Amino acid sequence: MSEIVTMQRGLGLKDIHIRLGNRTLLDLDRLIESGEVLTVMGPSGSGKSTLFAYIAGFLDPAFEASGQVLLDGRPIQDKRPEQRSVGLLFQDALLYPHMSVGSNLLFALPGGLTQRKKRVEKAQEMLGRVGLDGLFDRDPATLSGGQAARVALARTLLAEPKALLLDEPFSRLDAPLRKSMRELVFGLVKEREIPALLVTHDREDAEAACGPLVEIAPARS
Amino acid sequence: MLLRLTPWLIALFLAMPVFVGIAGVVLPAFGYLPALGGTEFTLEPFRDLASRSGLFGSSMLSLATALVTTFVSVVSVALFLAAFAGTRLMRIARRSLGPLLAIPHAAAAFGLVFLIAPSGLIIRLIAVPLGLTNPPDLLIVGDPLGLSMMAGLIAKEVPFLLLVGFAALPQADPDRRTMLARSLGYGRMAAFLLTVWPAIYRQIRLPVLAVVAFASSVVDVALILGPSVPPTLAVRLLQWMGDPDLSMRFLASAGAILQLAVTGAAILGWIALECLGFFLRERIATRGNRYSGDAGVRAIASIPVVLAGLSLVLGLLMLGLWSFAGFWGFPDLLPPSFALDTWQRALPRAEDPLITTAVVAGLSGIIALGAVILMLEAHRRAVPRLAGEQPVLPSLIAGLLYLPLIVPQIAFVFGLQILVVASGVEPSLALLTAAHLIFVAPYVALALVGPWYALDPRYEVVASSLGHGPIAALLRVRMPLLLAPILTSFAIGFAVSVGQYLPTVLIGAGRLTTITTEAVSLASGGNRRVIGVYALLQTIIPALVFLAASLLPGLVFRWKRGMEGA
Repeated sequence: MSEIVTMQRGLGLKDIHIRLGNRTLLDLDRLIESGEVLTVMGPSGSGKSTLFAYIAGFLDPAFEASGQVLLDGRPIQDKRPEQRSVGLLFQDALLYPHMSVGSNLLFALPGGLTQRKKRVEKAQEMLGRVGLDGLFDRDPATLSGGQAARVALARTLLAEPKALLLDEPFSRLDAPLRKSMRELVFGLVKEREIPALLVTHDREDAEAACGPLVEIAPARS
Repeated sequence: MLLRLTPWLIALFLAMPVFVGIAGVVLPAFGYLPALGGTEFTLEPFRDLASRSGLFGSSMLSLATALVTTFVSVVSVALFLAAFAGTRLMRIARRSLGPLLAIPHAAAAFGLVFLIAPSGLIIRLIAVPLGLTNPPDLLIVGDPLGLSMMAGLIAKEVPFLLLVGFAALPQADPDRRTMLARSLGYGRMAAFLLTVWPAIYRQIRLPVLAVVAFASSVVDVALILGPSVPPTLAVRLLQWMGDPDLSMRFLASAGAILQLAVTGAAILGWIALECLGFFLRERIATRGNRYSGDAGVRAIASIPVVLAGLSLVLGLLMLGLWSFAGFWGFPDLLPPSFALDTWQRALPRAEDPLITTAVVAGLSGIIALGAVILMLEAHRRAVPRLAGEQPVLPSLIAGLLYLPLIVPQIAFVFGLQILVVASGVEPSLALLTAAHLIFVAPYVALALVGPWYALDPRYEVVASSLGHGPIAALLRVRMPLLLAPILTSFAIGFAVSVGQYLPTVLIGAGRLTTITTEAVSLASGGNRRVIGVYALLQTIIPALVFLAASLLPGLVFRWKRGMEGA
């Protein structure tokens, strides 16, 4: 390849083109800079989740997708999902119900840190960062919706992702919680200086993200 | 109120024989059985039992068989699901499962004999390159460690555990859980084993415990593939139970109590293994290693399941070949000539057992289906739920239902036989059907509970809003919509009945024989051609019912596109 790959920080979405049969679902060409949140809005069935799946590496083979996903300049679209360093946050917290809150966090913490004591300390610290000191040994089933959402965020960030994908992560929370959770998520994105992509149908989410906005139209044939 | 009690009454009714049967061995084990002259309580039967040589060896063999069989089967299924959940290979495995489940244990065991025996297919394949002209003098079938017996059991239990595992898979939310774990960097198999498998295992625990209990007390597979000096505990018990000297019943009853203890020990041993498993999983899951390079492991992970399937299929093929073979010398891979005379000689003699088999299986299957539907539906209607919430059987009802699968057959069915003999009732088709029902009903319930409770209840809400009563809604809406799972669970029940060896031997008392008891009794004779005929018949009958069950919905609903794949 003679093309010069510019070593660009952030999440580059280059000529992304997703189709189902002969319907074009989505065309996108953007760079999300580090610390920035790109909001993608559109009605259901418009291909938001497909974009999410393509970047994370879980696209259903029924879809045809082309285009490069560049993470800090390196293409990742052909890598296996576990090698992409892309963190996910969903509508549901999806805490593993057979593990304690602490185990959920330790599960995410990379193995580089081997000492059990240091691992627990690091997980505790992250738990404190999302405002949940003292919940380490709790059963996830006993948490409130807002607490669970915070643990999920802590878990995602502990894996040290280089980019973050947010799939309507606030839609299941009630209004006051939603506001504080938004502040927490967007604050941490800035603090960690990682690019984030937010998929939503809530205009307030987009406004709170203070970043660029892409609206996708309903699918065309 | 009655609606509320119905599920409990049915579950109690189905579990009752276990309690009665255990009482029926406990009393004679302590010397009390007036019909046989035991009028006072004594420890004599246990003293007699303790004096038998090789008893410890037999008990240990039973214990080891239970733990090894269950461990290998569960690990095989876990690895297979971890490597292939959501792939084409898994869909293929799922589709080929039905026919494999229809193969009775005895037929599967005979098939394995024809593969691994010194004159079996595997040795024939290597005979020419090695220059063998005679079957080597090796003790493969009936090896003293019971390895071939364990292999035969594993080949049959793997498809069963796969079936219950597939059924549990959707509730374990596999797609999202693995997606999340992989986004955290975990390899495909590690993601599944650490985050999805624990939820599956919790759901299939009762069937797994049933495998432990079954393997610890199995008789037919042990007679065909197991060692003879000493045999497993259950095989020795059967010898004592069938002894013409009726006073041996006291000894056999004491032995049945020992069998209960051995099975209990096996279950405790398994629970200890479970704890070890939980501990290891927690350690591995919190240490942070990602195990992401699993491409090679995935290929290896398919081997146990593929081997199990292959041994069943090839075994059946060998049974078929032998039943039609003319003279077939070693080391020819195929018989040089085929003949029909084995079938011509064997079929007329198999007629009565065949009729008994079909009648008992059909009746026990239908009665079980009726009882299970009544139970599931009564529970569904009696217990109020939030919209969108799926009913779940209370765990006590589930425990009662599966009790006959977890208490060893040989212990309580023998107790029932003693009571039957003591009360002077003659063996009859009705009695045999009742005995089979004990084991058919749990499997029918296992197969039907998932689909029955998964159906959208709004179909019936619509029916009642149109003025139809609850019975009409059940008969005209729910049952037609669930025709496919209903027929499948009947077929499973039918196959379970066909495969029953021990209850038939004990309750039939030699006067009522089925194709299965006839087949197993051929094991010691070693006439491969006749064994082939019987084992094949044993497989064909349930397979035909499975085939009918899979074709019928398509015929009934052939113009309804919405029912496709139902």
